Amino acid sequence: MNGSEIFFECLRRENVEYIFGYPGGALLKVYETLYDVEDIKHILVRHEQGATHMAEGYARATGRPGVVLVTSGPGATNTVTGITNAYMDSSPMVIFTGQVPSSLIGNDAFQEADIVGITRPITKHNFLVKDVRELASTIQKAFFLATNGRPGPVLVDMPKDILNASCTFEWPESVDIRGFKPTIKCHQNQIEKAAHKIAEAKRPLLYIGGGVISSEASEELRKLAIELDIPVTMTLQGLGAFPASHPLSMGMLGMHGTFWANQAVNKCDLLIAVGARFDDRVTGRVDTFAPQAYKIHNDIDPTNVDKNVKVDLPIVGDAKNFLQGLLEAMPEKREKHDAWHAEILQWQEQCPMTYTVEEDSLKTEFVIDQVSRQTEGNAVVVTDVGQHQMWTSQYYRFNNPRSIITSGGLGTMGYGLPAAIGAAFGITDRPVVLFCGDGGFMMNIQELVTAVHYKIPVKIFLLNNSFLGMVRQWQELFHEEKYSFTDLEASNPDFLKVVDAFGCKAMRADTPAEAEAAIRTALDYNEGPVFVEFRVIKKDMVFPMVPAGGSISDMLLERLNPKTMV
Amino acid sequence: MKHLISVLVENKFGTLNRVASMFSARGFNLESISIGETEDPEISRMTIVTRGDDQIVSQVLKQLNRLIDTIKVTDLTRQPHVERELLLMTMKLSKATQHEIFELINVFKGKVVDIKQKSITIEVIGSPDKINTTIDIFRPYGIRELARSGAVAIHRGE
Ligand SMILES: Cc1ncc(C[n+]2csc(CCOP(=O)(O)OP(=O)(O)O)c2C)c(N)n1
Ligand SMILES: [Mg+2]
Repeated sequence: MNGSEIFFECLRRENVEYIFGYPGGALLKVYETLYDVEDIKHILVRHEQGATHMAEGYARATGRPGVVLVTSGPGATNTVTGITNAYMDSSPMVIFTGQVPSSLIGNDAFQEADIVGITRPITKHNFLVKDVRELASTIQKAFFLATNGRPGPVLVDMPKDILNASCTFEWPESVDIRGFKPTIKCHQNQIEKAAHKIAEAKRPLLYIGGGVISSEASEELRKLAIELDIPVTMTLQGLGAFPASHPLSMGMLGMHGTFWANQAVNKCDLLIAVGARFDDRVTGRVDTFAPQAYKIHNDIDPTNVDKNVKVDLPIVGDAKNFLQGLLEAMPEKREKHDAWHAEILQWQEQCPMTYTVEEDSLKTEFVIDQVSRQTEGNAVVVTDVGQHQMWTSQYYRFNNPRSIITSGGLGTMGYGLPAAIGAAFGITDRPVVLFCGDGGFMMNIQELVTAVHYKIPVKIFLLNNSFLGMVRQWQELFHEEKYSFTDLEASNPDFLKVVDAFGCKAMRADTPAEAEAAIRTALDYNEGPVFVEFRVIKKDMVFPMVPAGGSISDMLLERLNPKTMV
Repeated sequence: MKHLISVLVENKFGTLNRVASMFSARGFNLESISIGETEDPEISRMTIVTRGDDQIVSQVLKQLNRLIDTIKVTDLTRQPHVERELLLMTMKLSKATQHEIFELINVFKGKVVDIKQKSITIEVIGSPDKINTTIDIFRPYGIRELARSGAVAIHRGE
């Protein structure tokens, strides 16, 4: 077999369904082989960044690794943002880059970029293949690394001569990488110690991150929380790990989390962090984070432990293993939490999540709430980055894991549209909905072609506030209302015309009544992508909010007014 | 405080770069790093000198472990170990100073590796502390050039 045939044979062995790719000189041989490949579907994107976000959206929605194929030089460098995004959010992905022939590497050859050097700090690992006989085992290792332990992106750089060279195909029976032995099973003593602490706690709180979703541990979490009667708060990436419809769900914590979740963090006597990393958007000021709590931290990545917040009981291992072990180890005798629930209820009544509705103007909160109702919290929801993203976390009531697909760690505008398309390739039995801002939509709008061409029934909901809304919010609150370069009113295109030109069904809504109807129409339309522009009010702000660096117990509840600081 | 870390790594291209760039990306202090093949040609040993409080050094160790190309990470600081560094140094030489210089070379158990009319090159092996002292003592005689290998270290045998 030649290198290109080996490449596809490896993807077959890894059960790859889709490749998100874009051809070029260094990949001519691969695309020649691809011409006759039928069992693996290649999706032609319109920009390599789009391919990376699509692959990530697919990976996040399905749990299977996303696969990207791009050419050398500019093709490869165009993937950098998407790879970083996947790295920050621990999404399994394998990126294949073409490279100039081995003999030219280092010569500043045409379309040469040192992509292995460039992506070293943004991949879990990367490889340059130097011999066609190592191609198969390298690809096998890449998939193994991307999907085992803490997931992440792995890049394989394939010089042109390697793809043309031939050898016999050999697929090793198993993978053994001596420098990679992730701890999956938690230490039994530690689990027992944790169980003991939980049994004694009067005000326990589960703080759940994306790790619970990637380890497929939602069922274990649900059992544990309900059995032990412990409230659950989730990070942005953890939403859906525990159903929002359950009374123990506290919603999101952190900068734009619910008032009651943050108060609970502040007052709990035991914090059980699972698959979460104490990110600064969650903790606010670290020295005042959960000040009264004994802290248990379970994470698969030892570097996450004691990185931002010192914990009392670190437990390295897989979240599923941890939660299962915990349930088995719980002693019979446990504290009751009735008083704790009553306290939480008070906070909920004190500052509920509400918004006002007016007949002739539209708010993003309303749109998201409506979509949440009409889909009964069962859609796969993808967002871009900005205010609409935070409102999604607040007003969409996620009932299932793998249902929020959003750029958390990197906060990449332009992520949403391609990620939604990728998710819709993987998920066909639930609606895939995108909430996007008018700023971010322009950042990868070219992928609309991909959605139209492949008839992807993704619901594109544009929340057009004619502003870079999240930046505008900070300018209003903390920068003397100097709206420097955030007003897009004069420069935004006519979105309906643009979307129409791409061949995508497009609608517009300006009032709550129109919005409700448009959402219904969009959800019922499945022949391809459908786009709705919601022209929402401009100066709405996301509250509650913890100002950057503040304590999460001190939330800003509305527009600047010292009395509203609680 | 100063920590001496010994790391066994895959003897592959790019490994040194991975380790060094991890230090700079995470803002860890990297005082010296040295690398060489071990008894197994597929494995190299790196000796790293870094500084930081316990929390930082524990992160350094974990981040090193997390790299796929690292096989074993050991903090030698609080274990019995031998640590050595090599110094090569060229100094000015004159009639007036040569006597003292030769005497000092003896004191530091150094070796003369090259000698010219107006200069002398010596080698000294010892702990990094000893190397520091050597440099300080010779400085007044006029150092032309010097090169330090960085520390290499190993467990003491049983
Ligand atoms: C690629 C990129 N550039 C800049 C930013 C900084 N940024 C964060 S939110 C935001 C505004 C987003 O505006 P829009 O897409 O209209 O969403 P809105 O906040 O109005 O909902 C900007 C510019 C970013 N996150 N990503
Ligand atoms: Mg906007």
